[in-house]
Amino acid sequence: MVVYCDTNTKQIWDWLDTIPDPEIPVISIVDLGVVRDVDIERGAVKVTITPTYSGCPAMGVIAMDIDTELAKHGIKNLELKTQISPAWTTDWLSEKGRSRLERYGIAPPQAAGGPSRCPRCRSEKVEKISQFGSTACKAQWRCKECLEPFDYFKCI
Amino acid sequence: MLDTVNPLFEFLLRQGDNTLILGHRTSEWCGVGPALEEDIALANTALDLIGQTQLWLDYAAEVEGKGRSTNDLAFLRDAYAFRNILMLEVPNEDFGRTLMRQFLFDAFQVPWLTLLQDSTDQRVSDIAVKSLKEALYHLERSRGTVISLGDGTEESNRRMQQALSFLWPYSGEVFCDDEIDYAMAKVKVAPLPSEIRSIWLETVEGAFNLAYLIKPEGDFAHSGGRAGVRHTEHLGHMLATMQVLQRSYPGAKW
Ligand SMILES: [Zn+2]
Repeated sequence: MVVYCDTNTKQIWDWLDTIPDPEIPVISIVDLGVVRDVDIERGAVKVTITPTYSGCPAMGVIAMDIDTELAKHGIKNLELKTQISPAWTTDWLSEKGRSRLERYGIAPPQAAGGPSRCPRCRSEKVEKISQFGSTACKAQWRCKECLEPFDYFKCI
Repeated sequence: MLDTVNPLFEFLLRQGDNTLILGHRTSEWCGVGPALEEDIALANTALDLIGQTQLWLDYAAEVEGKGRSTNDLAFLRDAYAFRNILMLEVPNEDFGRTLMRQFLFDAFQVPWLTLLQDSTDQRVSDIAVKSLKEALYHLERSRGTVISLGDGTEESNRRMQQALSFLWPYSGEVFCDDEIDYAMAKVKVAPLPSEIRSIWLETVEGAFNLAYLIKPEGDFAHSGGRAGVRHTEHLGHMLATMQVLQRSYPGAKW
């Protein structure tokens, strides 16, 4: 176990980067861009998070997971703050997160508003099934080459 | 009226109650949507709306400063304390009316939230920026669906026209400026709702043309919801379902 006084913010970012997103466990909450700030002030660790979508039901779980993970490393004095501004955007997804999403079968967000290719066979012949998907952050698309449906991470 | 109420609190209730009441109505489709994709879309839309409600009512509770929480405001107020427009509380009826209502609302929310981004109240501006991203996404879908169903089969066109005729007299309430609106406009927290009516009309008329739907005649607007002086008989029934848990088991948590 790491002793509390040895921790710095970089260390805390690394620990947070091991916490999987509750709904898409192949990426971490840091990859997703929901962790906005980490600060250590007078013995307290301050973590600021932001929701992806305003009604994202995973926020409660994310807060609990941060609490549990940091407690494992001996951090007891945690101040968790939620902020909505600046509003979360898919631009904050890390490069590591984007490639992991695709490997997992979820097409990463594109500024053009739709997936660039099928995450399975890489064909660019894709079509939209529905603007919404199994979670608030995804839409349903289909590949016209391999005929498989797939999730697309909505670009906002 | 302004002597007895806090206009900012009233303004925030109007925003949060609109999204709460529509969010709950929309959630009634969860599990019974006409197709799996639509069911999921409706549930996700409801979720966004309830999330936005949380942001508005959190702030409303703080501004009121009487110790009521966000949940108290949502689950322990009676019908006449609600400030939503009447259009959002009438029953879903069918998928067509549900999407037509969503469209009429989204077509208002998008320009409204766009202007609220410039509010002199930082918190209002932050909530508007966050909500607008979702509202834009909702508008894309509701507009597309209204056009597809209007320009669909004879049956789908007939039902969309029916939905439009029913909802039209409810659609004007949101533009009827009152003392609260004047008070908010004066301190530049929000523009006057009437100022965006022409943008709204342009959006809805454009879609109706593509959807082969006829805009009903007349400017009569059912009103009273925003001021809380009149609600339809449907709101009480809806609240009975929405609030039953907190009414039966006060303070229940999970
Ligand atoms: Zn494919």
